[in-house]
Amino acid sequence: MIPSSYYLILSAVLFTIGVIGVLVRRNAIVVFMCIEMMLNAVNLTFITFSRYLNSLDGQIFVFLVMTVAAATRST
Amino acid sequence: MELALFVILAVIAVIAAAGVVLSKKAATSALFLLLNFCTLAGLYILLNAQFIAVAQVIIYAGAIVVLFLFVVMLLSPGKEEGKDRTPYAKIFAVFLAVLMLVEVGYVVFTGVLGGTSGQYTPEKMAEVGNVQAIGQVLFTDFLLPFELASVLLLVGIVGAVVLAKREL
Repeated sequence: MIPSSYYLILSAVLFTIGVIGVLVRRNAIVVFMCIEMMLNAVNLTFITFSRYLNSLDGQIFVFLVMTVAAATRST
Repeated sequence: MELALFVILAVIAVIAAAGVVLSKKAATSALFLLLNFCTLAGLYILLNAQFIAVAQVIIYAGAIVVLFLFVVMLLSPGKEEGKDRTPYAKIFAVFLAVLMLVEVGYVVFTGVLGGTSGQYTPEKMAEVGNVQAIGQVLFTDFLLPFELASVLLLVGIVGAVVLAKREL
């Protein structure tokens, strides 16, 4: 099995790219896209811990994060 | 095999994420975002979370990116709004973000994976089924957050209608 740190580092890199995008870009739509990317990076962390701790709570959290993201997008 | 798949997906995900930030046109950014979401769905399957992977493709790739594309093409924001950031501000922003990455990396490499292990091992998941197991947990332990999420979606629908129709 792949060490969990690989996934966590990948997630951190994606989150960092999202942060850079939010800070550097001025286009409002692109900033929203970068925020979605950051949410996804956090989701990856949740799923990783859910897998490596043999628990389903992380996946439920991701499900709720997706719901909230969809709700914020629709308004 | 698993590692090779992970590396391929991770590289594509990072390239797509960089494409979102770097591309000049907003529509190109949206398409890179789609690629990023799809590779993340692949990673979720590697992590044995099939339900979340399918939900990721349907919700993010299917709904959110399409909504972004609608907004981009309807409003056609073309140019970046306002003045561009000064080079100093950009360098400082990248510096801050990389500092955060270093902090997280330090914690990941030196810390230990805490927490107590749960009961849903891959063998049990293969026996019960991912969707059924998630449903079981969602409707017992997490019933209140689930219902609150439904209320939130209702508020979203009502808000969209109120915003779209100024006079009811």
